[in-house]
Amino acid sequence: MNMQKKMAGPLVIAGKSYHSRLLVGTGKYRDFAETRAAIDASGAQIITVAIRRVNIGQHAGEPSLLDVLPPSQFTILPNTAGCYTAADAVRTLRLARELLDGHALVKLEVLADEATLFPNMPETLVAARELVADGFQVMVYCSDDPIQAKALEEIGCVAVMPLASLIGSGMGILNPWNLDIILDRARVPVLVDAGIGTASDAAIAMELGCDGVLMNTAIAKAGDPVMMASAMKKAVEAGREAYVAGRMPKKMYRGSPSSPTEGKIGP
Amino acid sequence: MLHLQINGKPREIAAECTVEQLVATLQLEGKRFAIELNGDIVPKSRHAATRLKSGDRLEVVVAVGGG
Repeated sequence: MNMQKKMAGPLVIAGKSYHSRLLVGTGKYRDFAETRAAIDASGAQIITVAIRRVNIGQHAGEPSLLDVLPPSQFTILPNTAGCYTAADAVRTLRLARELLDGHALVKLEVLADEATLFPNMPETLVAARELVADGFQVMVYCSDDPIQAKALEEIGCVAVMPLASLIGSGMGILNPWNLDIILDRARVPVLVDAGIGTASDAAIAMELGCDGVLMNTAIAKAGDPVMMASAMKKAVEAGREAYVAGRMPKKMYRGSPSSPTEGKIGP
Repeated sequence: MLHLQINGKPREIAAECTVEQLVATLQLEGKRFAIELNGDIVPKSRHAATRLKSGDRLEVVVAVGGG
């Protein structure tokens, strides 16, 4: 099914190349030191951040997230986590652009439901149109619906990011068939965003032909986040190499010996 | 006194205050933040020239950890 768009080489998003295909979030860590150590171990170049009200009266000398993860070292991808309307999402990303000195690359997510954190696709489409018209480069979290993913691409989003399963659930890739259809039709990078639980999930996403994987909880809530970050780096690399190499054809219900069938010792 | 609402909480500050002066009062100088005044972003270049008035609603945001 998948049209074998197999290419070695870097991930290219909005004309910029990245050697790492693993994108990571910065939430849910114990402290900034653990955040930084895990992100270094992941090798990620693009890291997501949330935009929130400043804690007025916070100790002035306290370091902030962007002191620990400076934009000079990482591509910062501000998100709209927690936004349930297109208006709130657009407003949040305009603030992010001001905060990051005109930075255009953003992650749009508009949620529909607090229990599942499933995306609200009608509001996501409205926000995507407005942001693209306003000059943003939009990477967009979406349902694993090929029609919606294509619609977002046609609006001008620079990457589509379907969920593998619910945000923070760690349930892995529940519908590889839908991802396959999205990959087959997409002309922009497709990244799995949300639902990755462990290294094999990331490898499977990459073996399917995804251009990258975005995760947060799978690393931050692992027993040893720094070691899991390293595992995810290897899984994404291994999955990508397996995809580019091209897997052997599956033979159903029939074994095929790997050793010669001739020259076996006699009775 | 000016009666402002900053991040959803009431706050009183001295009259004749600009956004730039408010930033100093909040000890945000040198930090990465963004300010919205009554729903519109105030770019950094306009902080010094933007005067506040009673009833103004401000949002002051920063980047935090998130996925």
